[in-house]
Amino acid sequence: MSVDASVRLPGMELKNPVMTASGTFGYGLEFARYGDLRSLGGIVAKGLSLKPRAGNPMPRIAETPCGMLNAIGLQNCGVEVFLRDKLPRLPYDETPIIANLYACDADEFAELAGVLSAAEGVAALEVNISCPNVKAGGIAFGQDPAMAGKLTEAVKKRAGDKPVWVKLSPNVTDIVAIARAAVLGGADALTCINTLTGMSVDIRTRKPRLANVIGGLSGPAIKPVALRCVWQVCRAVSAPVIAVGGISCAEDVLEFILVGAHAVQIGTANFMRPDMAFRIAERLPALMEELGIENLEEYRCSIQV
Amino acid sequence: MGNYDACRDVSILSVEPVGPEGAAKGCYMLTLANPGFSPAVAGQFVMVRPRAFQQNPVWPRPFSICRLTAEALTLFVQVCGRGTEILCRLVPGDTATVWGPLGQGFALEPEVPTVMLAGGVGIAPFVEYAAGHPSPEHLSLVFGHRLPLSCYPFDAFSGLKSAEAFQEKGPDDLAAFIAHLETTIAGHADGLVLACGPRPFLVTVARLARKYSVRAQVSLENRMACGVGGCLGCVEKNVLGSYVQTCTQGPVFWVEELALSEES
Ligand SMILES: Cc1cc2nc3c(=O)[nH]c(=O)nc-3n(C[C@H](O)[C@H](O)[C@H](O)COP(=O)(O)OP(=O)(O)OC[C@H]3O[C@@H](n4cnc5c(N)ncnc54)[C@H](O)[C@@H]3O)c2cc1C
Ligand SMILES: Cc1cc2nc3c(=O)[nH]c(=O)nc-3n(C[C@H](O)[C@H](O)[C@H](O)COP(=O)(O)O)c2cc1C
Ligand code: FES
Repeated sequence: MSVDASVRLPGMELKNPVMTASGTFGYGLEFARYGDLRSLGGIVAKGLSLKPRAGNPMPRIAETPCGMLNAIGLQNCGVEVFLRDKLPRLPYDETPIIANLYACDADEFAELAGVLSAAEGVAALEVNISCPNVKAGGIAFGQDPAMAGKLTEAVKKRAGDKPVWVKLSPNVTDIVAIARAAVLGGADALTCINTLTGMSVDIRTRKPRLANVIGGLSGPAIKPVALRCVWQVCRAVSAPVIAVGGISCAEDVLEFILVGAHAVQIGTANFMRPDMAFRIAERLPALMEELGIENLEEYRCSIQV
Repeated sequence: MGNYDACRDVSILSVEPVGPEGAAKGCYMLTLANPGFSPAVAGQFVMVRPRAFQQNPVWPRPFSICRLTAEALTLFVQVCGRGTEILCRLVPGDTATVWGPLGQGFALEPEVPTVMLAGGVGIAPFVEYAAGHPSPEHLSLVFGHRLPLSCYPFDAFSGLKSAEAFQEKGPDDLAAFIAHLETTIAGHADGLVLACGPRPFLVTVARLARKYSVRAQVSLENRMACGVGGCLGCVEKNVLGSYVQTCTQGPVFWVEELALSEES
C-alpha cells in the first residue's frame, strides 16, 4: 500500500501535515543543520512585529513537569530584516513559509499584514491574537469574540490573496465563541492552541522562576488541553484547523487528525531534539501504513464518540 | 537522514566517578561514543538528552566538551538536579541523543600568555583547551573549588606553566581567592584571561578585567532549552542593551561585549 500524507489548506498544498510552530523553530535557518527543511509540510516563523523588539528580561524560560514556561516577550528581528535577510534563504519554493504576526493594536496588525502580504515567499499569515499587552482596555484580542472578529477582518482586508490563519488562545472560557468570530471575520484557517498561562516559583529563593512571573505553558503537558480545544473547534466551524500543543511523535499527529485537524505544528518538541519535526514527518507515512490509513482525508475526523 | 549528522543517537561508553569521593559528591566523567563530530573548539558545548528522560524532563542539558577524541566525547558532569542525576546513573550501552559542537569557543593565541580561571565545574572546557594548546608553557590555571580537589579533573593540567588550586571552605577562603584572582588578572595586562564558572565568579572576573584593562573572555551557563538558537530563552544583555543568544553567539563572550549583572 502506498500512502498519501499530503494535505490541502486554503491556497496551498502541503507535502505532509507536519509544520513547525512559531517561536520554537527560530526563523527555520537555525535548524537547517539537522534536517532537510524541504521535507517539512511548512515552517511558521518566529512571531514578527513591525519594528524589532528586545523582549523580556531573563530568566525567560523555566522547565516544568513534561513541559516548560516561557516569557520571551516577542523578541524578534522585525519584519524588514525577516524579509531581507531570512526569507530569501529559506526554500519557500518547495515548502510553505508562514509568517506569524504580533502587534499590539488593530492598526499595527493591519499594517504588518500589508507588508507581509506583498512579500513573495510568504505563503500565509498566522495572526497571534493572544498578545497580553493590547491597548483596548487591556483585554487580549483573543479573549473577546467581537474583538477577535474585528481584528481578523482588519487583517484580512490587507492580506491580499494570502490566506489568513488566526491562532487561538486556550486561556478563555469558550474557545468556540472566539473560533466562530474569527471565521465570521474571514479567517481561512484556525491554529489551535497557543500556550496556557502558567507560573512556577522556587521555595528556596522565594522567587518566581521567570522574571516576568507569569509565562506560557507548552510541551507534552498541554496535549490533552490542545486535543480538547481542537476537537471542540473542529465540530463547531467548517474552516480547517491546524493543531498545536504538546505534539512529540507521529502517533500524536494522528490523534489530532482523528479529532478533525487538517495539519499540525511541532513546538516544544523541537527542543527535545532539533531533528524532531523532520523525524516525525519521515515517520508518519510508515505509521499510516501500519494502521492501514491510505490518506489523511479519509482518516480525518473519523473519531467514534 | 542524509548528511544531517549534527544530531545523533549514541551509546554511553562509561560513567565513572572522579576520584575516591566522586560518587559521594556527584562528580562524574560521562563518556559517549563520538557522534561524528569534527574537531571542536575548546569552550564549545553539546546538548545531551538521554533516552531515559522520555518526556520528563523535556529539555536536553548543555555540557562543555571536556575532551573530544576520534572515538569518544567526554563530559565532566556534576549532579545538581534531576537531569544530571539521571545522566550520571546511565550505564554503558544506554543511548543518548547528542547535538553539537555548539556555540563559540575560547580564543586561542598560542604565543600570548594565557590564564585559565576556573570555578568548580567550570574546569571542564579547560581540559580540552589545555590538551589542544600548542604552547603549554604559556598557559596557566587558577582553579577555585568547594569539593575535594580529587573530585575534579585537575590532574589533566600537568605540563603547564602553572596550575594552582584554592579550596573554598568558608567566606575567608573566598575573599583570599578573589584577592588572588585580582593579583593574577593584574599581572596579565599583556595576556589573555579566560574564565568559566558560576555567574558571581564571572561577574568578578569581568569587573577585574575591566579594572586592569586585560583582554578577557567569559563562558556563560545560561539556562537553555534548544541550544541551537531556536527558542531565545538563553539570552544575555550586551552593552548596547540588546539581547544576545548565549547558545549561538556565546557561550564564550569578550567581557567588553556584555553588561554582566548578578541575576541570571
Ligand atoms: C554552555 C554550558 C556548558 C555547561 N557545561 C557544564 C559542564 O561541563 N558540566 C556540568 O556539570 N554542568 C555544565 N553546565 C551546567 C549544566 O547544564 C546544568 O548543571 C544542568 O543543566 C542542570 O540540570 P539538572 O536537571 O541536573 O538541574 P535542574 O534540576 O534542571 O536544576 C538544578 C539547578 O541547575 C540550574 N540549571 C538548570 N539548567 C541549567 C543550565 N542549562 N545551565 C546552568 N544551570 C542550570 C537550575 O537553575 C537549578 O538551580 C553547562 C551549562 C551551559 C549552559
Ligand atoms: C519559546 C516559545 C516561543 C513562542 N513564541 C511564539 C510566537 O512568537 N508566536 C506564537 O504565535 N506562538 C509562540 N509560541 C507558542 C507555540 O507556537 C505553540 O503554540 C505552543 O508552544 C504550544 O505548542 P507546543 O506545546 O507543541 O510547544 C511560543 C512557544 C514557545 C515555547
Ligand atoms: S537555548 Fe534556545 S536560543 Fe539559545
